Amino acid sequence: MCLGIPGELIEFVPDHPDLAKVDVSGVKRVINVGLLADDMPKPGEWVLIHVGFALSKIDEAEAAAALEFLEGIGQAYDDELAALQESRIE
Amino acid sequence: MSVGEDGTPVGGGRAGWVAEALREHEEQDERERHDHADVGRRPLPADREQQVLDRIDRARRRRPKVREERITMSHGAGGKATQTLIEAVFLDTFRNPRLEQLEDAARLDIGGARLAFTTDSYVVSPLFFPGGDIGDLAVNGTVNDLSVSGATPLYLSAGFILEEGFPVADLIRITESMQAAAAVAGVQIVTGDTKVVEKGKADGCYINTAGVGLIAQDAPELGVALARPGDAIIVSGCIGDHGVTIMLARGELDIEADLQSDTAPLNDLVRSLLAATGGVRALRDATRGGVATILNEIAKSADVGVLVREDAIPVRTEVRGASELLGIDPMYVACEGRLVAVVDETPRLLVQSGLAGRACG
Amino acid sequence: MRFVDEFRDADKARALSAKITALCEPGRQYKLMEVCGGHTHTIYKHGLEDYLPESITLVHGPGCPVCVIPMGRVDDAMHLASAEDVIMTSFGDMMRVPGSHGSFFDAKAAGTDIRMVYSPLDSLKIARQNPDKRVVFMAIGFETTAPSTAMTVLRAAAEGLENFSVFCNHVTIVPAIKAILDSPDLRLDGFIGPGHVSTVIGCRPYEFIARDYGKPVVTAGFEPLDILQSIYMLMLQLSQGRSEVENQYSRVVPWDGNPVALRVIGQTMELRPYFEWRGLGFISHSALRMRPEYERFDAEVLFEVPGVRVADPKACQCGEVLKGVLKPWECKVFGTACTPETPIGTCMVSPEGACAAYYNFGRMNRNRVNEALKVISR
Repeated sequence: MCLGIPGELIEFVPDHPDLAKVDVSGVKRVINVGLLADDMPKPGEWVLIHVGFALSKIDEAEAAAALEFLEGIGQAYDDELAALQESRIE
Repeated sequence: MSVGEDGTPVGGGRAGWVAEALREHEEQDERERHDHADVGRRPLPADREQQVLDRIDRARRRRPKVREERITMSHGAGGKATQTLIEAVFLDTFRNPRLEQLEDAARLDIGGARLAFTTDSYVVSPLFFPGGDIGDLAVNGTVNDLSVSGATPLYLSAGFILEEGFPVADLIRITESMQAAAAVAGVQIVTGDTKVVEKGKADGCYINTAGVGLIAQDAPELGVALARPGDAIIVSGCIGDHGVTIMLARGELDIEADLQSDTAPLNDLVRSLLAATGGVRALRDATRGGVATILNEIAKSADVGVLVREDAIPVRTEVRGASELLGIDPMYVACEGRLVAVVDETPRLLVQSGLAGRACG
Repeated sequence: MRFVDEFRDADKARALSAKITALCEPGRQYKLMEVCGGHTHTIYKHGLEDYLPESITLVHGPGCPVCVIPMGRVDDAMHLASAEDVIMTSFGDMMRVPGSHGSFFDAKAAGTDIRMVYSPLDSLKIARQNPDKRVVFMAIGFETTAPSTAMTVLRAAAEGLENFSVFCNHVTIVPAIKAILDSPDLRLDGFIGPGHVSTVIGCRPYEFIARDYGKPVVTAGFEPLDILQSIYMLMLQLSQGRSEVENQYSRVVPWDGNPVALRVIGQTMELRPYFEWRGLGFISHSALRMRPEYERFDAEVLFEVPGVRVADPKACQCGEVLKGVLKPWECKVFGTACTPETPIGTCMVSPEGACAAYYNFGRMNRNRVNEALKVISR
């Protein structure tokens, strides 16, 4: 039930202001975007899809920030591992 | 549904079934503890969690029982329910050593010749879908069951159950597909049957095909029970294409994707594989229930564990996307032209011998 | 897949794991509750507990909306479905939930018209296509799903549909969390907060947990790295003696939630004075029903619903599993009498139930797996 997946908005369905076609990994489906009426996404933007409705816009800046943090962790870890391997207490 | 005076449901119902199931499990547990005591106590794992898991493992190995009173769609899905039905109803009643092999085809010795014999029914809806139709499936499915048994497929039968009102033009189209598929596979349809049922039954057209093939005298012994620790399992291409194509073609889901069924005959591929290496232990074609069902069958028959490298299994992006949307696992989705082989050489060696898995989109 | 694959990187998982371990105070045990069924599923599927030190235990909470439905409500739904002219529509995960006399799946096999839908809008379509039938939609889910039901009802109203109604079993997450916090059985150190519920209600509703109970909360995404990062953020708070609400899932969850979603819920639904939760008993103001203005779409008004309270089978320990008091394998009937094919309780039926998650993904001999991995990587 928590199942929510990211999809890219392709285009709005003509004559149906609430409906839009999204692309999820090459698969296209029409969903209802009415819940985002206050801040309607534009084609090319990403949304979170749940039971046929878009619940939220995916904030690319926040996603990038999250990934940056994770990259940082990864790099720090690699550095640490490298340091560990280089230093030998004998 | 009847309710007693105090408001609780009467007639046993679910609550009754639960009590019975519990009693059965306790009795069997007690029996097993008793047997264990005689054999000499094996030390119980200190870890409580492991004790529970071991108990569950024993429960899973017990004789399957069909608990439902009516057939449900699960019984046709190709997974555990189907397996339980087959074992508890058909195997139990028809009991004979050839059936007990439960491979894709039966292997028979008749008058000095070794034959493989198999049957399958096709009830797919819609009848026509991207990549093929029920006719292609009906021929390729049976050809493949024979091929993976190490036989050269030779002759097929075709039984049709047609719904009153079904367009003759569609029947001709299906028959022509069958002939085309048979020609590619090198088999002939030599006998058949036709029945017509009233409107509302048979979903247009149901087909059953049975097939025989010849197993060469020097053909290797094949069977999932022969898998051994250290063996590699390979799959011949992207998985889940057929199942997802059908789900989307039904049109109920409002999903579009550029996908086709992978229905195809496997006899050439099988022949090449068997020629390239003597280390093939088992062959299966992945159909209903997907690749995962075959892996489960291998694990169960050979009493081995199977380690799956998720990133090593090819899945088209669209199949992955559709599966995410629908909340299903591509490993369990039907294929129709994919070979799963258990071999005792590492995939690297197979690649070197020129039989690399065909790359897919 | 974008926004999914990047958050599944195993190397980064190991890195986070190291940082989490570094924050553990020697000799101290930590108990973190993850509320969402989706989180339970990810944790077991990706074996995240293996990335955590022994001193951190993850406890599964009641965040599976299917799991908390009491048997009596399932019976009510079955009763609705049994009427001749009714087409019952339901999400897939409801299909196998056992009532006193079988599940939707069983009833379907016996001939009842029950259809699985992916979206409440599909249910509306069925209503349009079958004007001579009455279509009932079994609405389940937390605040994540309630807006979708609300939008569907508004659409039905706009179209003037007269044969569509909702059997509303939407529940709200905050009262459940509060019941857990007030429960003497549990001593928790922090919460991995619900991900998608928060896209609707935002993060503010959890502030009482940090302020009044002194426990840190981090709303988390559903990929393995999201959960590990959230645990890292919780451990950081604990090590620094803070208790605040933080948002790890900021790419999806707005701090103030979704105002349109909250508006449509408010327009069509109201809180019930109380509602029974499996395992947690009666909780006040914890569930939704249709407002009087929309009672023509309320199945409980249009139909006679038995409303019988049914006790769980004695052997079922779902209640304790839902509260996090028992781990799935500690339930006496787990895996033997109660399996996904033959479920006794809801925790085993729903794919997000803790028992189903553990049965499908967690149940393995770790030593054997590790040995096998060593052989393979040679």
